[in-house]
Amino acid sequence: MDIQDPSFWRAGAISTTLVMIVVLAFLSVDSMSVISVGGRNVPKYDVINHQIGYAYNWSRRADVPVIGGLEPLFGKTVTEAQATDLMRTGKLVIQSRACMDCHTIFGNGAYYGPDLTKSWLDPAWPQIWMPMTGKTTREDAMVEFLMHPDKYPTWSRQMPNLQLSEDEARATVAYLKWLSAIDTNGFPANFGQSGKQP
Amino acid sequence: MYRSQKLSLRYYTAAVALFGVMIVFGLLSALYYLYPAMLYNVFDFHMSKIMHIDTLVIWLLMGFLGAVYWYLPKELGIEVEGMWLAELMFWIFCVAVAIVALVFVFVQYGSANEFSMWFINQGRKYVEAPRWAAIGIVVVMAVFAYNVIATCIKARKMTGIMWVLVLDLIPLLAVYLDAFPAVTNMSVDLYWWWWLVHMWVESTWEVLIGCVMALVLMDVMGTSRRIVETWLYIEVMLVLGAGILGLGHHYFWIGTPQYWLGIGGFFSALEPLPLLGMVVHAIYDAGTHRMKTTNQPAFFWITAEAFGNFIGAGIWGFMMTLPQINLFSHGTQWTVSHGHFAFYGAYVCGIIAVLYVAKQQTSGVDMLAGRAWKWGFGLLNFGMVGMVMGLLLAGMAQAFYGRAIGGSTLMAFTSASENAWFVSGMWARLFFGFVFAAGYVVLVYDLLTAPKRVPVTRARLEPA
Repeated sequence: MDIQDPSFWRAGAISTTLVMIVVLAFLSVDSMSVISVGGRNVPKYDVINHQIGYAYNWSRRADVPVIGGLEPLFGKTVTEAQATDLMRTGKLVIQSRACMDCHTIFGNGAYYGPDLTKSWLDPAWPQIWMPMTGKTTREDAMVEFLMHPDKYPTWSRQMPNLQLSEDEARATVAYLKWLSAIDTNGFPANFGQSGKQP
Repeated sequence: MYRSQKLSLRYYTAAVALFGVMIVFGLLSALYYLYPAMLYNVFDFHMSKIMHIDTLVIWLLMGFLGAVYWYLPKELGIEVEGMWLAELMFWIFCVAVAIVALVFVFVQYGSANEFSMWFINQGRKYVEAPRWAAIGIVVVMAVFAYNVIATCIKARKMTGIMWVLVLDLIPLLAVYLDAFPAVTNMSVDLYWWWWLVHMWVESTWEVLIGCVMALVLMDVMGTSRRIVETWLYIEVMLVLGAGILGLGHHYFWIGTPQYWLGIGGFFSALEPLPLLGMVVHAIYDAGTHRMKTTNQPAFFWITAEAFGNFIGAGIWGFMMTLPQINLFSHGTQWTVSHGHFAFYGAYVCGIIAVLYVAKQQTSGVDMLAGRAWKWGFGLLNFGMVGMVMGLLLAGMAQAFYGRAIGGSTLMAFTSASENAWFVSGMWARLFFGFVFAAGYVVLVYDLLTAPKRVPVTRARLEPA
């Protein structure tokens, strides 16, 4: 073994790379089973028919989503197929309007606007936007805000009006509700707790 | 001069021009944080940011292409095969970039349908360019791969560096195919999107710049092939050994299994090792040649690349990569600080070094020295370090006040963004952004100015 011989390191580079690729392939197959819709961490799209919470789990030592009883979005229970269509539109809204070039989802994206991972659960909806928009439900306030963000300023950085139709806004709200039900290993921590960590 | 080197100069020119566009939109993006009402509903932050990061990706890519087209005939001793196709691709590439930029500035976004994905904006960070343009990049990269491989075959010669380069082209091309899908499930979407972003930026690009730096070191410092190839293999082993599973540090919070916290944390903590290796390599070479070289600017930029890569990508990355810290630092200006430092250290410095190599050869001077490059070097580095520190300050304020204390809600985000530390950091970033821009102006001036002829005896290389 001559460590000054380039061929020694070439063999090391090739073998290390191949081993790592194989390990990554196995981990990816397993991860896909967990993060596919209906997998262990990612609920089916029709979870939007249910109440969704986020609470500290002592055994996991992390905040986890809590799926509760029925609480249909916009007061209407949807089938799995209808929920899938809503999600497809919601995701296309998020891409076509480049939402993640201002916001983050799961902390990924840009950092000009707040993270949207748990935005469905944000206390600002009942505390600020429901009274501001005059809407009686969280989802209606969200739709109104998404369609006319320039009418409801809350601080100096204002969301631009991205010309969302009502259908697009409703699909986006559905998507955000579903997102909040994904188990993200405790990210973001202490959401809505303002320092009240257990 | 080979025909491919003339093409290389065109790529360098386009790259430097886009570097300038990137800086303009970077300054604009920085201004939104301090003057948020600016251009409201006309040209908002997200479009400015898209222009900033997409031009970054494209100019670096053009710099890489230019560097390889520059060195390929020198390395293999013959003209690059398929040059007419390569030249055609250059113009197609430039026209495509211009069309995408015009669409981003004037159209900006579309409705929630496939048409928007194909022709306006895909809305996926770093790869916002519509699908037709993404396919165009694949075609350009495929032609580039053909040029490299066909030239190797025609020359009937394969050096160690060329083997690494050719093998690196496979993942470079393959992972970019991941720029197209619009998967509904965000967890799955981000899982594969990170294959593209991480495998390009933290793996295949690192290997590519490693190949380019190996060629530059032989050219500028006369380092022996045996030494640079040994180091290149070590770097590849460590970069891919740590980097492939280091991908896991992007899988902490996207819905993926908990085991990624341990795997990602461990392997990404190892990622600074190859970058440290590059620093050792640079110091070793500089010491061997007693800091003497015939191309001072290139030598200093290579050294800056080694240190910048280690500190910006390695240390700054390590600082926030462990999941216990990342839970709070992820998605804040802390990440932006790391991103700026890493891209600059790992790639920008390397590309600038290659620009100076080309300048020396095209101007025909034995020794490239002078004063202006020092101002450019100083202002760019000072500006970048200042921006990075300002962003770090702002990011830490967000992590502490917005995340750890505030609980990550909209109001927590708002109050952290109005915190005095955050605002100070944003002002510092803007100020140093202008310093960086001044450095760019000097750099361009220096690159375009004919060098003074200095006797080479002062700089003759010591025998290695």
